Amino acid sequence: MSITKEDVERMSILARLELSEDEQSLFAEQLSEISRIIDSLAEVDTEDMDEMIFPSELGNVFREDTVLPSADPEEALSNAPDREDRFFKVPRILEVD
Amino acid sequence: MRLNELKAHELLPMIRRKEVSVEEVVAAILHRISAIDSKIRAYITVAGEEALKKAKEADARLAGGEPARPLEGLPVAIKDNICTQGLRTTAASRFLEGFTPFYDATVVERLKDKGAIIIGKTNLDEFAMGSSTENSAMFPTRNPWDLKRVPGGSSGGSAASVIAGEAVCALGSDTGGSIRQPASFCGIVGLKPSYGLVSRYGLIGYASSMDHIGPMTRDVRDCALILGAIAGYDSKDSQSYPGELPDYTECLVPDIKGMKVGVPKEYLDEGLSGTVRDAFMKALDKLEELGAKVVEVSMPSLKHSLAAYYVISSAEASSNLARFDGVRYGYRATGSDDSMTMMAMSRGEGFGPEVKRRIVLGTYVLSAENYDKYFGEALRVRSLVTRDFREVFEVCDCLVGPTSPTVAFEAGEKTRDPLEMYLSDVYTVPPNLAGIPGVSIPCGFDEEGMPIGLQIMARQYNEEALLRAAYAFEQATEFHKRNPEIEKYTKEPAGGEMSV
Amino acid sequence: MFEPVIGIEVHVQLKTESKLFCPCSTRFDAPPNSNTCPVCLGLPGALPVLNKKAIEYGIKTSLALNCRVTESSRFDRKNYFYPDLSKNYQITQNAFPIGADGYIDVVVDGTERRVRIKRVHLEEDAGKSVHEGGTITGAAYSLEDYNRAGVPLLEIVSEPDIRSPKEAYEYLLMLRRILLYLGVSDCKMEEGSLRCDVNISIRPKGSDKFGTQVELKNLNSFRAVERSLEYEVRRQSDVVANGGEVVRETRHWDEASQVTVSMRLKERAEDYRYFPEPDLPKLKIEKAWVEEVKTTLPELPGARRMRFISDYELPQYDAALLTDTRELADYFEAAVREYDGSAKTVSNWIMGELLRLMNATGTEIGEVKVSPGDLADMLKMIDKGTISGKIAKTVFEEMFAEGKSPEVIVKEKGLVQIADEDELLRIVDQVIGENQEVADEIKAGKDKAIGFLVGQVMKLTRGRANPKMVNELLRQRLSQ
Repeated sequence: MSITKEDVERMSILARLELSEDEQSLFAEQLSEISRIIDSLAEVDTEDMDEMIFPSELGNVFREDTVLPSADPEEALSNAPDREDRFFKVPRILEVD
Repeated sequence: MRLNELKAHELLPMIRRKEVSVEEVVAAILHRISAIDSKIRAYITVAGEEALKKAKEADARLAGGEPARPLEGLPVAIKDNICTQGLRTTAASRFLEGFTPFYDATVVERLKDKGAIIIGKTNLDEFAMGSSTENSAMFPTRNPWDLKRVPGGSSGGSAASVIAGEAVCALGSDTGGSIRQPASFCGIVGLKPSYGLVSRYGLIGYASSMDHIGPMTRDVRDCALILGAIAGYDSKDSQSYPGELPDYTECLVPDIKGMKVGVPKEYLDEGLSGTVRDAFMKALDKLEELGAKVVEVSMPSLKHSLAAYYVISSAEASSNLARFDGVRYGYRATGSDDSMTMMAMSRGEGFGPEVKRRIVLGTYVLSAENYDKYFGEALRVRSLVTRDFREVFEVCDCLVGPTSPTVAFEAGEKTRDPLEMYLSDVYTVPPNLAGIPGVSIPCGFDEEGMPIGLQIMARQYNEEALLRAAYAFEQATEFHKRNPEIEKYTKEPAGGEMSV
Repeated sequence: MFEPVIGIEVHVQLKTESKLFCPCSTRFDAPPNSNTCPVCLGLPGALPVLNKKAIEYGIKTSLALNCRVTESSRFDRKNYFYPDLSKNYQITQNAFPIGADGYIDVVVDGTERRVRIKRVHLEEDAGKSVHEGGTITGAAYSLEDYNRAGVPLLEIVSEPDIRSPKEAYEYLLMLRRILLYLGVSDCKMEEGSLRCDVNISIRPKGSDKFGTQVELKNLNSFRAVERSLEYEVRRQSDVVANGGEVVRETRHWDEASQVTVSMRLKERAEDYRYFPEPDLPKLKIEKAWVEEVKTTLPELPGARRMRFISDYELPQYDAALLTDTRELADYFEAAVREYDGSAKTVSNWIMGELLRLMNATGTEIGEVKVSPGDLADMLKMIDKGTISGKIAKTVFEEMFAEGKSPEVIVKEKGLVQIADEDELLRIVDQVIGENQEVADEIKAGKDKAIGFLVGQVMKLTRGRANPKMVNELLRQRLSQ
């Protein structure tokens, strides 16, 4: 299967990843190459196999409902690209979820 | 004593006996870094001042009669995708160029608590995506054995720092071979533990179900020592293994008589280079000579591991890297007046091509129409691989194979073809899919003097078998004693000597 | 004639102390970003660790809503970008919700209707965006506060079984009542701890097809849900009646003008790329655990209402009102236990005086100073004739305001009923003396006027006289 430039563009929108026209073309070409490997998955007989999410048999790993001190808000904001008072500041949000 | 031949297990008793001060050790390491790292470029950030301060504090405590902690004064390098409190942590990405965490990764906390001194943060492929450390947004790291070549990746900086004597030990991370492959390329010992044995808390997530932190050291004893220091249950990582752990240094018995060692024939396919094959065959002879019973086994699912690995790792990465949006930390692009554009631009400008490529691939395999065909199928293949391993380990105590199909390749050789780069991970990804431990140890050199690695694998949580086999092999060979001639890279004294 | 087909999604914040995946506090009104840590800020390397209490609350709620509790459950990631979503994915339960296939029974205009619950699942809340400049699109910039990020939410999704706005309203009331009984949430819409989204379509009555769904947002009260649905039924019916077609869209309820307004969003086909959360091990909710949680379930409002009718012989109306909250029902039952008279008397006092005073003063049942025992004691004093029913109202007001026992109030204020014949006779004689004309009229046969004299005696005794005795004594004197 080949991955088209349009596929790449659609993925870049979902992934909020701005790509130039050149990047889109290049990735489409490279990912089509790579898809040659991943397409081989279809050849494998996995009929009786469960989906293995992680290599661990653990289950029911919990913490108790106890509050521990949070970070100092100044620490929380210490890497903020922009802030106002104790908020992270971002440009306006045009799309409403 | 030559500094770059010094092992932790030799250095620590010297410090304990006050034959050398911690300050001397740290100063010697820092000297070495300043003398040669402009050539090797193992470090993104060197924490010189802080390390010296900590060294002096340690000396003062020791002088005051306080007992030495288990790793007191040990200079350790940390891969720069592992968070260090107050010390810049970049993941070798432009996106995190200015990021300083206010928290330590659990492994860093444990090393510090045991007295180790963080020398600095080592270079890697951006977000650990790569096999040559050429995907670093900062600069490429070079292989200390031959500066024209790559040190492997993604923990290339950690591997290079250890073999070049710029650190005594280092931590790396391994999602598909990123500890073992550079260990192999640089001629050191690199261990990827069982999934969950070492806490992932504070490791910048790439593929959560396959991310591991592990030691990169000059010999197997150091490997066992560091593993023991960082392994064990951590309540901050839900996947952390809650069982009791052995003292790994106690399993270092050079005796593998009767040990059943399996060789998956899929590891000896057409992609394997001649010199690596020769070295591997000699290693098998050596194992037999030591009394191990070598048997050929077949694991047909292995040939699909790489495909499953790339699908799963890219899918998880596309989600794990979504948090890098320029809102709370990291790079923020200018020139957009709404948040959604700002996020897309910040990501577009802040990530390098390999990262972007994998995000696109990961998004693609998770999208509604492709999920079952790629991601679901990859998870089923993963079950198959794990089952195959389980069956083989019913017969074998451990498995061996070459760590990488080739020795370190030349810089720039594979950067233009991502697929070819991906193929160099073919032998290291299966243990990540199955969560079993794997270690790479030196097992030879090619005719140009480049190191070759032997990979040993064992069943999940059986690091003891792994270390025992590795130790026996190492003790019966001399490969780990060879060192690159670092001095030829600098006219100044390279800090190779330490007066003891 | 059209009938509406309505489905409701409710999000409630669970009343845990700490967040779903980190030990930060869930406190509502903390200063911005003060309840945050690497985990809920989505900082690199941070990992989620699941709060056990939230799972227990999920099981509890599933059981109360008659759901099947999923034995092998897990969390998934829902991937989408938004500045207040700190990881740009939400950890939620997509494939294996903790509870499924339940129902609740709702009484609408005296008839019981069953609304099926499709699923109950746990997820984390997002942070809060403050849009500077008032409106979202008109804002110059936004400010992000992640205190709420990671607070546990339970999403409760109904099947499209609701057939009228009133039924939607009653469904929400009953759901909230159950959640409050369980103690799993505060359910405060004004603080955002209960939020709802509604889907509505219309179809010809009797049809089993579904029409085009419209989603309603900005519903800030249950009344708003009811009114917006009423509006939407009219609007959609008009559209169809005029030969038009209902458009699939999201509409915003405008409280001020009481209409729904199209949000005119560009239709973006979202692909959330759900996949299993690899950072969290699986959830195994074994039967033993479910049974254990079952033992902690309180009697639920529906069952309690039925029991009040059968055990206490209360009218339907009383039973419904008294079981509205667990605390009120507990209060009633505690008072009944302390009291030897009829339960209906207790009910009358609670529904009459207590609720009136609570409403007038804005007091919650938990804050009421009158203990159920004191109420029972006061009722006993009426029965014994120590105080009159009329005086009792005064006494109760004092009890409500001051929290003193009825005995103390009656003693302090000298409110004991005067039932001493000699004392009453003295007063009766005084009143007759002062109102000789009226007395004469009565003697002459104008019997009705006796009420005036009784009133005068009560006035002189500030209501303390036993009215029955006063009446008798007056008749006795005036017939002499």
